Formats: sequence, structure tokens, C-alpha cells
Amino acid sequence: MFRRTDPPDCTIVWEGRELPARAGESLAVALLAAGITTFRETPVTGAARGPLCLMGACFDCLVQVEEAQNMQACLVPVTPGLRAQMQHGARGFVEDAA
Amino acid sequence: MSSSGLFDVAVLGGGMVGSAIGFGCAERGARVVVLDEGDVALRAARGNFGLVWSQSKGDGMPAYAAWTRQSVALWPALAERASALAGRDVQYRAVGGLTFCLDEAEFAARQLFVQRMHNQGQEGLQMLDRAQLQALMPGCPLGPEVRGASYQPADGHVDPLTLLRGLQAGMRAAGGVHLPGAAVQAVEPIAGGYRVTREDGSQVEAQRIVVAAGVKTTPLARMIGLDVPVRPVRGQNIVTERLAPILPLPASAIRQTGDGTVQIGVTSEDDGSFATATTTAALATMAARALRVLPVLAQARMVRGWAALRPMTPDGFPAYAESTTHPGCFVATCHSGVTLAAVHAGPLAEAVLAGVLPEHARDLHPDRFVGMTHVSSH
Repeated sequence: MFRRTDPPDCTIVWEGRELPARAGESLAVALLAAGITTFRETPVTGAARGPLCLMGACFDCLVQVEEAQNMQACLVPVTPGLRAQMQHGARGFVEDAA
Repeated sequence: MSSSGLFDVAVLGGGMVGSAIGFGCAERGARVVVLDEGDVALRAARGNFGLVWSQSKGDGMPAYAAWTRQSVALWPALAERASALAGRDVQYRAVGGLTFCLDEAEFAARQLFVQRMHNQGQEGLQMLDRAQLQALMPGCPLGPEVRGASYQPADGHVDPLTLLRGLQAGMRAAGGVHLPGAAVQAVEPIAGGYRVTREDGSQVEAQRIVVAAGVKTTPLARMIGLDVPVRPVRGQNIVTERLAPILPLPASAIRQTGDGTVQIGVTSEDDGSFATATTTAALATMAARALRVLPVLAQARMVRGWAALRPMTPDGFPAYAESTTHPGCFVATCHSGVTLAAVHAGPLAEAVLAGVLPEHARDLHPDRFVGMTHVSSH
């Protein structure tokens, strides 16, 4: 669906799988370039969703980055080795982290 | 654009109040038109916190307290119909409502208020201490400062925007006409009714007129011979990202919606301004108090903050009247359009068609504002 204009220069880990990426691009773009379109399942109906606006407004590209839930993938810059996974439903809370 | 014959009722205002009255009249067989500025209007409906709430209403005005309780009692039936009409659940949940107290002084003050409300017919309202609160909401991560809360088992909450959609859909389904567009410029008597002229020159004719124009009530009520001072009071809101369930009961200024977002309110800024910008200072104050109630919210992100204008009368209570100079013309204004939606769609709509205001509403005539300088918010 998407074609890179510049070659990848690192890898990230999505759902335990290595994907090619470029450091500094957004995580959303890296995932889309690798053919990933389902970023999350909604809290309300469980429907599959992916990025819509790519500019921080729509909140449809939410993923889990490392331990942090509900991160907007379009606003997270890629760093080599970054680990991310789908956001399933509503964000939970971390015990004793308040 | 010309009118399409003589309507039975023209409602001036398509927000929560006008839509409820329009729906109620249409459902009773009247031919209804709702004139609405559309989504550019300064709708209080979009800033409504979504509480269906009796516990804080009507201190010093028993008619308002009784009118509110009547609406709360009618709410389950309205919710069912509005959900069917909206095509989705309005998420009315009468799970009981809380007003949190964060220290001894707040608890004592609230206790006095609860006693006062008891003396004015409020049943079921009670104070819960921290242990009782925890027993009511097992697992709720209340902050250590939460001393207790007032608790009214009949209170609840709803999604106000879905409610508005349901009321408007119901009005249309019953043959009513919704005409968004230009503001109303003039109302003049004609044979058998009134002619309403809008700023774009279009006209509508109706036997009866209901002014339900929120913060724009004053100039429109004047057109039907009624003096109803209404000023805007700004309320700012915060909504968080969707979160796992943490707060099972809605509370004054904090509730978790059916979809998981936490809504945090709400300022009461009485500066006479029609501005709808948010301020960082107000949002920060609101968030800080919410964090004392539920410290775990420190992990949550705010998705949006916004402000809306609530229509406020000089004493803060609603106003209803039929004009004596313009028979068949009514005014209805309040700042609790959600809680009162059930009486607006029911007894008040009936009254507009019958020409006799119901008990309680009758006692909320705007004549009481004459010479009134005291200003308060309820």
C-alpha cells in the first residue's frame, strides 16, 4: 500500500516480529510501510483500527510502546530496536505507579 | 424560503431544551417546527456534564427540587425511547451519584446541606463516610484524602450528545421539521398565531411559540413580551483517553463514561463573556482536584479540554412562563437541560399544547426576577 522513498536503516520489534524502519520516522509510518494496518482494537466494540490522520488528532493509531499503553504511533519517533505491540481495548493502570 | 403552512408549535432553539419540548409536542400529535441556529449555536448541550442529578438541586426553591425529582422519575422511560430513536444506547445509568468531600470541613458542610435538602423533601440523600464509600465501590482506587461523599441512589448519568440526537430524531420521526440556519429576528402576531422572521428573511408561521434559546433567551423572550434575564456562565471540561473501569458511580465534577473516558469538570465562570476558550489555570485546578479523588489518574492522558456556556438566571433556577401580551407564546430556560429533559418532553410539552403550565413549572415564573440583583449559580 505504501512505498518507501528512502531505504530502512534499522529494525523495530512489532508484536515480537522484527520489521525494517528508519530512525526518526514515526512509528506509525514504519508500521504502515511494513504493511501493518491494524494498530489496535477499540475499547467500545473491539473493532480493528489503524491510523487516520497521522498528525496527532484522531487517536486511532494507539499502540503499546515498551510498557506504555495508548501511545499515538504517529507521534512516537522510531529508535533502533524499539518494541511495540497492539493496544487491546482500554488502557489499564499500573499498580503503585500513581 | 416561505413557510409551509401554519405549524401548531414553533420552537425557537434546537438545543437540549428546545429539542425535548419539540419532541414532546410532536409525539403528542402537534405539527412542530424547530428553528435552530445549528452547530454554530453556543449550545450548552455540548458542554453538559451528562449528570441526571437531583441531589444538589433546589436548595431554597422547593418547586425546582420537586420538578427535578419528577424528571428523574420519568427518566428511565425517556432513556429507553431516546436510545431507540438515536439508534444507539444513550447510556443512561441510574447507579446513584456522589459528591466527594476531600476533608473534614467539606464533609461537615455537605452534611449540613444534606440536612437542609431533607427538610425540603429530598429523600434518599445521605452522607457516606470513607468506609461506606469503599463498601459501595469495592476496588475503586480512592485517594487517601477522600473523607466521604453525599450519595443519592436515584441519581445517574447519560451521554448528553446521544440524548440530543435521540430527541431530534424523535421529533423528526413524529413528523416535526428541523430548520437549522439563521437566527430569529422578529416575532409578530398574525391571525390565528404568530409569524417568525429570521435574519435571512425566511419566515415560519405557528399557532404557538416556545422560546428555548439558552444563552440567547433574553432577546428572544423580549419579542414575546417576557423579561427573562439570562447570562452566560462558562464551564470548562476535560476528557481523558479511554480507560479501564475505575469509577463505577458518577460524581459531581468527575465521572467515567460508558465508553471509558473520564470526564472532569467543571468551572462556573460568571464573567458575562460569551468567549468559549479554555484556560490552562482552570484546567489545571480541575485536574488537581480529580487527582485527589483518584490519584491513579496521574497515569491518564487528557485528550481534550473545552468550554461551553450555560444559561443562568439571576437566582440560578429555571424559568417557565406563558406570555400575557402574546398568548400561546412560552419561554423555557434552565441550565440542567439533561436532568430536566424528561419533564420537558413530558409535562411541559403537554402544557404548551394545553396552554396551562404544570405544577412546579408554574412556580418558576420569571416575574420573580424583577428587582433581583443577587446572582448565584446552582
